[in-house]
Amino acid sequence: MNYFVIGYYALLIGASCVAAQYGKRGAFMALFSLTLASFIMGIIGGENWLWTVTVGAGVVALAAGTAFSFREFLAIVLPREAAKAIRTAPLTASFGLFVIGTYAIAGIFAPIIAPHGEAEVIAQAFEPANEEMLLGADQLGRDMFSRLIYGARNTVGLALTATIAAFVMGAFAGMLAATIGGWFDNFMGRVADVIMSIPSLIFALLMLSIFGTNLTVLVIIVAIIYSPRVFRLTRAVAGNIVVMDYIEAAKLRGEGLWYLIRREILPNSTAPLIAEFGLEFCFVFLLVAGLSFLGLGIQPPTADWGSMVRENATLISFGEITPLIPAGAIALLTVSVNFVVDWMLYRSSGLKE
Amino acid sequence: MAEKEKDVLLQIKDLHIEGYSDEKWIEIVHGVDLTLHKGEVMGLIGESGAGKSTIGLAAMGFARDGCRISEGSVEFDGMELTTTSEADRRALRGSRIAYVAQSAAASFNPAHRLIDQHTEAPVYHRMMKRVESQEDATQLYERLRLPNPDEIGFRYPHQVSGGQLQRAMTAMAMSCRPDLIIFDEPTTALDVTTQIEVLLAIRDIVEQFNTAAIYITHDLAVVAQMADTIKVLLKGNEVEEADTRTMLENPKDDYTKSLWAVRSFKRDQKERPGGDAVPVVSVKNIDAAYGPVKVLEDVSFDIYSGMTVAVVGESGSGKSTTARCITGLLPPTAGSIEFKGETLPPSYKQRSKDQLRQAQMIYQMADTALNPKVRICDIIGRPAEFYGGLKGGELKGRIDELLDMIELDPAKFYYRYPPELSGGQKQRVGIARALAAEPTFIICDEVTSALDQLVAEGILKLLDRLQKELNLAYMFITHDLATVRSIADEVVVMKEGKVVEQGPKDQMFTPPHHPYTDLLLSSVPEMDPDWLTQLVEDRGADQLGEAADRD
Repeated sequence: MNYFVIGYYALLIGASCVAAQYGKRGAFMALFSLTLASFIMGIIGGENWLWTVTVGAGVVALAAGTAFSFREFLAIVLPREAAKAIRTAPLTASFGLFVIGTYAIAGIFAPIIAPHGEAEVIAQAFEPANEEMLLGADQLGRDMFSRLIYGARNTVGLALTATIAAFVMGAFAGMLAATIGGWFDNFMGRVADVIMSIPSLIFALLMLSIFGTNLTVLVIIVAIIYSPRVFRLTRAVAGNIVVMDYIEAAKLRGEGLWYLIRREILPNSTAPLIAEFGLEFCFVFLLVAGLSFLGLGIQPPTADWGSMVRENATLISFGEITPLIPAGAIALLTVSVNFVVDWMLYRSSGLKE
Repeated sequence: MAEKEKDVLLQIKDLHIEGYSDEKWIEIVHGVDLTLHKGEVMGLIGESGAGKSTIGLAAMGFARDGCRISEGSVEFDGMELTTTSEADRRALRGSRIAYVAQSAAASFNPAHRLIDQHTEAPVYHRMMKRVESQEDATQLYERLRLPNPDEIGFRYPHQVSGGQLQRAMTAMAMSCRPDLIIFDEPTTALDVTTQIEVLLAIRDIVEQFNTAAIYITHDLAVVAQMADTIKVLLKGNEVEEADTRTMLENPKDDYTKSLWAVRSFKRDQKERPGGDAVPVVSVKNIDAAYGPVKVLEDVSFDIYSGMTVAVVGESGSGKSTTARCITGLLPPTAGSIEFKGETLPPSYKQRSKDQLRQAQMIYQMADTALNPKVRICDIIGRPAEFYGGLKGGELKGRIDELLDMIELDPAKFYYRYPPELSGGQKQRVGIARALAAEPTFIICDEVTSALDQLVAEGILKLLDRLQKELNLAYMFITHDLATVRSIADEVVVMKEGKVVEQGPKDQMFTPPHHPYTDLLLSSVPEMDPDWLTQLVEDRGADQLGEAADRD
């Protein structure tokens, strides 16, 4: 027994009592369950386990605090309409926005923020962290932290570009197919089937070995691989919209195809498309990382989170968590993107009513 | 009618129901009392939003998702439904209280045969064995005058017509011989000719088994045939209650009187302009087909400027298909459409912008006719911008003018979205969109059939006023002959893709008629409570069945 353990239980029990006193059932149940669980954990795992719980709770509290402050900040900074929307956003969404914003700043201003160049060898291989290097050095002695910052630019930029390209292609083709119908619809559907019938990784490898490995080719190939899914979804959604009377009215007015797609169909299909965007973004990320792993993605010495995990994987056997940091960065971003997407979906689909 | 037992079956006292919206509970039914005796049929009438269906469901101790019974009691045969357990209530439902929904087509499970769905309740409640229940179903089908009662139960819902499906649903409700059936607008979605058959079937079976019923509808003439007593509701409050005859002859409340008088709107019939006036639209001997199925045959009629031509007929008679031919959505296989003397290209894709502008359309379902994600000002503004090339302040002025024309306040509605509007307001916006193109001819496809009577009357008056002001020609597609009586100048009766009869309204509504016109006319329910009985005597029950089974 030391002061930490005593303080730990005192705090939990005190907080439970306060919650109960003020009639917050949910909070009370959560706190008191944690207290009971802590008794067991304290007996089995000793003080260390309790420390872990404390740190975990601290991290969650920090994230919540950040999210809350960031929401207030946005509400003050943004113009009136957007501020009104952000005020009603859940904390998860503002947390997601905060993380995405941080990544974006890191990516855009990478050369300014990063203390060293991404390909600059400044130390011994696998040197531990010191004042010069926040996260230590990688297998060639490059600064891990700098590479992480540059990785935000390269990996996220690539995945985002590829996802957007896939969406533009797939969504446009899908709406076109649904609006025109007939043989065009059939043709596009079969093309999508053909692309989907080839395993995506093999298709990507094949194409990359034919056209050579550079960023443009990579983006186009990833976009082509993922556009059929978007195509199918959009076509199905748009198919339900084109039979509506307002589309008929617009057709009878003599409106062109482009107007129909842009003004009548698109606003009604945004909700499922946004949801799909969040999902696809994560898949694209994985594919890019997978390609990097096979040596055909982003080429060294350009920093990329996927290949960073692989290159430093040997460190795990020494009990170092360094290689998990880029992996954590990927995880944090995908979770954040989905938080924001959930919120946007909730807003645009009218689920609130 | 048979002597009815006077025991109280259902007693609702001071019923309050709340609905959840905008994160708070809002009361939608404000203390309604209702007493129903055994074997009694009560009609609940009122506009949409009056709480009819909500009260009907509350009689089963049920509240829809997002609703709750906040106060009051519902006592069914000595059992308090608001406080009993869900299991007890479930034991009642289907066996002692049954429910018949508005749309049988949507309420039957399309993946199971009718008879499988029929026998589910009796078997579940252990009242009959499956085989017994199947035999019983056949008998019920026979009583409800369904064709081939031995065989029809083995069909899937999509294999029988709407009227038959509604009767099968009534049979299903009877399967456990309940004490109380709640009919929620059972005939609203049906044609007049089919409606009679269903009404008669329901009335007979309710009488035979001495079942009590709550009959929910917004059609007064229907309720007059079915109910012993009528209760009028308005916005969750009871307006008045009386037995049917008293209510019809001597309504006390002003609101009830206005409901009764709603069909009084009638305007003078206009004559065709004489001499060599050219009709705005002239349909000449058109045939049309969906693939190999021929749906229109030799349809011809003329519409002159400033006049309203009503096209009537049952569903499937080709009314809407004719409209699709005129607009060019479905190019006719033979014949031609002339517009002010010049022949229009068959497909809308080949028509010029001006030709498209001149003919506009107003749709039945305003919900699907207005894009929910586009603001009202853009919906109305687009045709003005597209055809007239209006921009900026000019366009805004035009939109304001149009909103004024349809009696909606521009300051309030300019930036709203369609889902924020009521049904009648949406329909008005639909009209404004058609007007924005400055057309000479408007096709109104069942524009009032999805609306409450009072609202529908407002729309009809508006259309009439606009016609006078702008000298518009209307083609008015409807199956509601009351609408025809109030607004039409000429009538075209269609059946199975052919024009059966056409002429000025006066002539069409005075005998002698074509037999089909006669059938249509005589099938429109009247406010007289003896009308249905009288009709059955006139036509004979067998012939009535044939009329409805044809579809």
